[in-house]
Amino acid sequence: MTEVTMTVNGKSVTKSVKGNTLMTEFLREELRLTGTHVGCDTSQCGACVIHVNGEAIKACTMFAAEAQGSEVTTIEGMANADGSLGVIQQAFQDHHGLQCGFCTPGMVMSAAALLKDNPKPTEHEIRDYLEGNICRCTGYHNIVKAIMAASGQDVSGIAAE
Amino acid sequence: MYSFDVVRPATVADAIEALAQDEALPLGGGQTLIPTLKQRLSSPSVLVSLSGLAEIQGVCKTDDGKLAIGGGTKHVVVAREAAADYPALAALAGNIGDPAVRNRGTIGGSLANNDPSACYPSAVLASGATVVTNKRQIAADDYFQGMFTTALDEGEIITEVRFPIPEKAAYMKFEQPASRFALTGVFVAKYADGVRVAVTGASEGGVFRWTEAEAALSSKFSPDALAGLTVPADGMISDLHGTGAYRAHLVGVMTKRAVAAAH
Ligand code: FES
Ligand code: FES
Repeated sequence: MTEVTMTVNGKSVTKSVKGNTLMTEFLREELRLTGTHVGCDTSQCGACVIHVNGEAIKACTMFAAEAQGSEVTTIEGMANADGSLGVIQQAFQDHHGLQCGFCTPGMVMSAAALLKDNPKPTEHEIRDYLEGNICRCTGYHNIVKAIMAASGQDVSGIAAE
Repeated sequence: MYSFDVVRPATVADAIEALAQDEALPLGGGQTLIPTLKQRLSSPSVLVSLSGLAEIQGVCKTDDGKLAIGGGTKHVVVAREAAADYPALAALAGNIGDPAVRNRGTIGGSLANNDPSACYPSAVLASGATVVTNKRQIAADDYFQGMFTTALDEGEIITEVRFPIPEKAAYMKFEQPASRFALTGVFVAKYADGVRVAVTGASEGGVFRWTEAEAALSSKFSPDALAGLTVPADGMISDLHGTGAYRAHLVGVMTKRAVAAAH
């Protein structure tokens, strides 16, 4: 067991973890932050995307021991301080960017990482950035639309509700 | 996964010492190793994480005009910081996996693993780069020794890769859409003393140089110089994604495209 300390959604946490504890297990089982989903556990679906030191990573493919000293943000850290939905979350709701919602935490975290580096992405850049996030329900159009809207851009030109 | 410890040393010297333990394995970005551990295909006693080694991260120009990339440098950083000096290499790095994978995976990790379908080996071989480890320098032509096999010894880690900067180069990858690995990828690099062509994803022997194409392109750097040249389908990977003959065909097509795109 190794002791790890990191900041998760602004709060410092210290826990003893086994070497093979993944970030997904650490967040979901140790901290009971179950918003980070595990769709594949093989680094393909992106449902587990979180931010570590501001960068989007797949939490199923990183050990908790490696996050020692890091700033971690999960979907639970994306709401506004008063508990209302953050801009990206609200845009997903407004534009029907989710159906079952399983992929949504990862989609929102990937979208937030994209908009941090590229505040006004084109539709093509959004689709390209989301290549590691798989959604079985929506067909992606409304996800793309929601991200366009969250970046303050006109979405009337984007196909299909 | 079997159980193991993870240690995260802060210096190369400490990492090498930790790797001397029985059944110790180095952990780069983990984007291949962690899935391998999950399948119980590997059972280390301790993983020595290289992510805390600041001294092997980053991109810079050497005094003799080469591009030096630290072994622990993530793909996302290469995509950004190599763009001005070696755009084809930066583009290759920016197209590996997906953004979240590029935020973890490292050049040293990719080269140490030498997956037959990985992108980086083709750039290293086509550039005639030098792989620098904690104990020696290895020429690209000696480094790659077949699928998942390299010149690295146990406990030896890649600290830097030095790329001579070509006049023109391009990498063209025909992507396997589910894994985003190269079904076949070709890196073409034109230097003052000749052209080098390296192919990944296609051969059972891992990355290789297509010497006939190199000779043809060295006398005339144009896609038509490749007219009529083919690689044999023998020894090409055949799997559910494509036959050996299909991959052999792709080698020709992707080489032409890379020559056309080189800049
Ligand atoms: S659960 Fe991590 S990528 Fe699918
Ligand atoms: S909304 Fe169901 S998987 Fe995306």
